[in-house]
Amino acid sequence: MLALIPFFPLLGFLVNASFGRRLPKTIAGGVACAVMAASFAVSVTAVWRLAGLPVEERAIEQTVYTWIASGDFVIDLTLRVDPLASVMILVITGIGSLIHIYSTSYMHDETDPEYARYFSYLNLFAAFMLILVLGANFLVLFVGWEGVGLCSYLLIGFWFRKQSAADAGKKAFVVNRIGDYAFILGTLLLFVRFGTLDFQQLASTVAAMPPEEGVFGAISIASLLLFIGATGKSAQIPLYTWLPDAMEGPTPVSALIHAATMVTAGVYMIGRNAVLFSHAPETMLIVAIIGALTALMAGTIGLVQNDIKRVLAYSTVSQLGLMFLAMGMGAFGAGIFHLYTHAFFKALLFLGSGAVIHALHGEQDIRNMGGLKRYLPITYWTFLIGSLAIAGVPFLSGFFSKDEILYETFAAGHWILWIIGAFTSLLTAIYMFRLVFLTFHGKSRTHGHHEESHLHDAPPSMAMPLVVLALGAVLAGYVGVPHALGGENRLAAWLAPSFAPPAVADGLQASGEGEAAEEEHAALELTLMAVSSGIALLGIGIAAFIWLKRREIADAMARKYAGVHRLLLHKYYVDEVYDATIVKPILIGSREGLWRGLDVQVVDGAVNGTGALVAAGSSMLRRLQTGSVRAYAGSMFIGVVVILGYYLWR
Amino acid sequence: MIPLSHYLVVSAVLFAIGTAGVFLRRNLITVLLSIEIMLNAVNLSFVAFGRQFGSLDGQIIVFFVMTVAAAEAAVGLAIVIGLYRHKESLNPDAFASLKW
Repeated sequence: MLALIPFFPLLGFLVNASFGRRLPKTIAGGVACAVMAASFAVSVTAVWRLAGLPVEERAIEQTVYTWIASGDFVIDLTLRVDPLASVMILVITGIGSLIHIYSTSYMHDETDPEYARYFSYLNLFAAFMLILVLGANFLVLFVGWEGVGLCSYLLIGFWFRKQSAADAGKKAFVVNRIGDYAFILGTLLLFVRFGTLDFQQLASTVAAMPPEEGVFGAISIASLLLFIGATGKSAQIPLYTWLPDAMEGPTPVSALIHAATMVTAGVYMIGRNAVLFSHAPETMLIVAIIGALTALMAGTIGLVQNDIKRVLAYSTVSQLGLMFLAMGMGAFGAGIFHLYTHAFFKALLFLGSGAVIHALHGEQDIRNMGGLKRYLPITYWTFLIGSLAIAGVPFLSGFFSKDEILYETFAAGHWILWIIGAFTSLLTAIYMFRLVFLTFHGKSRTHGHHEESHLHDAPPSMAMPLVVLALGAVLAGYVGVPHALGGENRLAAWLAPSFAPPAVADGLQASGEGEAAEEEHAALELTLMAVSSGIALLGIGIAAFIWLKRREIADAMARKYAGVHRLLLHKYYVDEVYDATIVKPILIGSREGLWRGLDVQVVDGAVNGTGALVAAGSSMLRRLQTGSVRAYAGSMFIGVVVILGYYLWR
Repeated sequence: MIPLSHYLVVSAVLFAIGTAGVFLRRNLITVLLSIEIMLNAVNLSFVAFGRQFGSLDGQIIVFFVMTVAAAEAAVGLAIVIGLYRHKESLNPDAFASLKW
């Protein structure tokens, strides 16, 4: 049954890829949405069955066939659903379906073949992501891992006739390749060291070992390499640069990449190898630090960007940073919880921004928007809900998950990281509401070239996903209400077996903490909750004060700290630095050294030299061919005489 | 009875004369004639050996050689006529254009 989950989107891909050119839009889009819905239905059934199993046996496995058998090395194409994967498949198929439905309307201006091409890529993307999360060993995961990389390239560069889109697609692919390389090395190291690539076997092998000290043990190096792979997929320092550029793709694609697929892969992969990572404390610390730094850096950049999608992109990078912070703190449940709530409100925000862009016929610069609240009410209200959720306003989904991350960080004693996280939350609230106020409030700055009567709110097929996602952004957090607020944190309990080594899983539930400790924790958690709620409201307040009341403050700040402003506007010049230190040297080295040096001189030289040698030898030998029959006869005669002479006088 | 060596000496002399004619004469027809002389020198050796060893094989081969030589003469003369029409010359050195 599990195989059906990725099979349906794959089927949709095949249909649209093979016959899409001749299909009308309704059928091409309908097929794509239907297969996603079918996949969602199968996922729900699978998770239902999973929930019916006793806690210690919560895993459904299906071996499709033996993929590689070479001596002792046997890899099965095995799919496995456990609580962690169950959350992922629901997010991917559920939110993926909504994005597909939204796309049917958003992409309607494309020609029929382009439309079908778009949906075939979208289906393929979902299929690979499902393979990634369902794979029961590293190789199957790797198939999905590479597949989503490919699809992101295809979709970011969907409008490949535009140079910047083609470049962005290429950049995403190349940057991801760097991470993938480290991922392969990590996988190989694990195989050499432990002799297995199956996640469960690996976890039980590792669980039997003591945690490793230092960074030079096999587990630490392997987990570090895997983490580098994750930084590529999940857009963390140093490999995050592709994600903001990925905005060149159609907006629903951004929603898909940022919410349901692709960037969640790295977080998921760390969660999947929770036992491995827990045994490498140094790696965990690095993960947490990188996560916190990325969150902070992307948050500051997000403050000054003017492209509506770019702000959202940096906010994704920032939120992913928080997820990695949670992972690094060992709060795997909190990280996945945030991944899950983030999927709702980030998809909502992207689709909402898509609706704005759609209404303004491609305008993406928030300086040219403003006052859209009146014309786009559905978009406005849903976007506002998404912004409130991501800012961490109490009792919306983002509040619960972000708070859990910050609480776990504080509880682990890393108060510097906590401060960074809390400050990032403040930044998040500010830049999100800057976006809301500049886009929807104030006077219209559309320069009259968008007739106000032409402004139209999202059509039903776009509005429906927005509303559903808005409901999700409000309600999704209630599966993980913390104990401190009288909830049960069901999600954490549901996920726990996935992060514990298989043998320990059953003992986990029994070992509850003492009552007193529980209460103390609750008090701390409540305090922190109050602080972070205050931070969120403060951020919104600051944004409201600056961008609603006193616009000149923002301009004055930008002028006063011109250096900082320019630094942020140019994204810390990271792209320029990478360009100067990595891209240019490789480019020059390849062109001058490898092309003009090695290829032209050595390789071509060898080939041409062989030709020249033969030509020179032949021009000497051809003088023997005189054309004179007597000369030939003479040489024949001499030849015969010599041979006969040899045999006679031997 | 004349000993075998005499026949062989005559044959060798004839063969040498023929070979010299092929290489030294400047007329294609003479060259053809010289080739005939070489063939017949060999024929002489064959019959001489056949007689010496009391075998008919030598004579049979000679018949073969004669028929082939007849055909060769016909073809050769036809080629010579063709060449002559082409170049108005019978000098073998005139026909040296078949080269690089």
